[in-house]
Amino acid sequence: MEDKSNIYKLMTIITEAAVENEVLNDLVKLGAKGYTSVDARGLGHHGVRSAAWGMSANVRIEVMDTEENVRKMAAAMKERYYRNYAMLIFLHDVEVVPHDDLDGVWD
Amino acid sequence: MIDPIILFFILGLLAGLLRSELKLPPAIYELLSILLLLAIGLKGGVELAKQPFLELLPQMLAVLVMGFTLPILVYPVLLYVGRFKRADAASIAAHYGSVSVGTFAVAVSYLAARNIFYEPHMPVFVVLLEMPAILVGILLAKGISRDTRWGLVAHEVLLGKGIVLLAGGLIIGWIVGPEGITSIKPLFIDLFKGVLALFLLEMGIITAGQMGSLKRYGLFLVAFGIITPVIFGMIGALLGMFFGMSEGGMTIMATLAASASYIAVPAAMRLSVPEANPSLSLTASLGITFPFNIVLGVPLYHTYAQYLLSLA
Repeated sequence: MEDKSNIYKLMTIITEAAVENEVLNDLVKLGAKGYTSVDARGLGHHGVRSAAWGMSANVRIEVMDTEENVRKMAAAMKERYYRNYAMLIFLHDVEVVPHDDLDGVWD
Repeated sequence: MIDPIILFFILGLLAGLLRSELKLPPAIYELLSILLLLAIGLKGGVELAKQPFLELLPQMLAVLVMGFTLPILVYPVLLYVGRFKRADAASIAAHYGSVSVGTFAVAVSYLAARNIFYEPHMPVFVVLLEMPAILVGILLAKGISRDTRWGLVAHEVLLGKGIVLLAGGLIIGWIVGPEGITSIKPLFIDLFKGVLALFLLEMGIITAGQMGSLKRYGLFLVAFGIITPVIFGMIGALLGMFFGMSEGGMTIMATLAASASYIAVPAAMRLSVPEANPSLSLTASLGITFPFNIVLGVPLYHTYAQYLLSLA
């Protein structure tokens, strides 16, 4: 049987750099145990986001957790940001290569 | 005589409009704006050290009142003539009540190139004018609403990058005074115009990007973006005259009143009035008013000052 203990969900959020701090604070409040955030450029619904300066910059935020927790965070993000901000969230299955001394950190 | 820095702006504008691949790395643009903000603050702080601070209080109060009043003047125009949604009208009004440091720097450079004196404490007014319009904008959009997180707004307004660097520069300049500043003068004072030229090159590219959305928003916004600074400039010049300022001081007061924010206010509005469309207000302030002001506006505000003084 497949061992499911290292299978988690990775949530990727692409949104405006203008709300980066807000989103990160919310994620921590919602129980995220960590995140990775990087500057991003791209093209989508809101035209070209060139990142030439603050108001045209995007960020890509990633959080990994159990499926239950990730879905809870994603729902809260959608509720709060989808209406007025440029935001896209997608979830993927990931397998984590565990760090021996961090074993079970997401359980 | 045309100031070379304006030509740098036009170069960036043309490069952007013609879709050249020219662009400055975002980190360089950040550094240039940090240098400008600090240089303006430092210069003002050094001058502030030479004069009693208390004498400036009445002027500072008047400038604050102007910052609260300007957005209220344009809000009904945006709402009833422009037929914008309440949030959009409030957000655009906030942009026009606040200031653009880039435009201020161009006015300073314009006066310096012509050896025209101006009251050196002007950077204090830049700091003061950054704030009130944001508060007015939020109030116009939402009234005194429970769900406005004022703590967040205060954080955004008082600890925004622009305020921290301008006010920080002012305080450092004020503490060290004219002699203390000599060791860092080569970077912040001597290189000012070169830094400003590069900054305006990038601003030209960014402005060209905003101009792309001009067509979508129509003639009203273009007219608004030009008529507002022309009128507000006169208000600023009159206020300067009331306080007995010099020709240069009145020109800068007019420029401050006429300029529209494109950094502090958009960021604050995005957080506090998220339902307002940011591309609407940025198209106006950055796509129309900023280029108008630096190419035509500043010389116009100078003639305002000359004209008003010729009447006196």
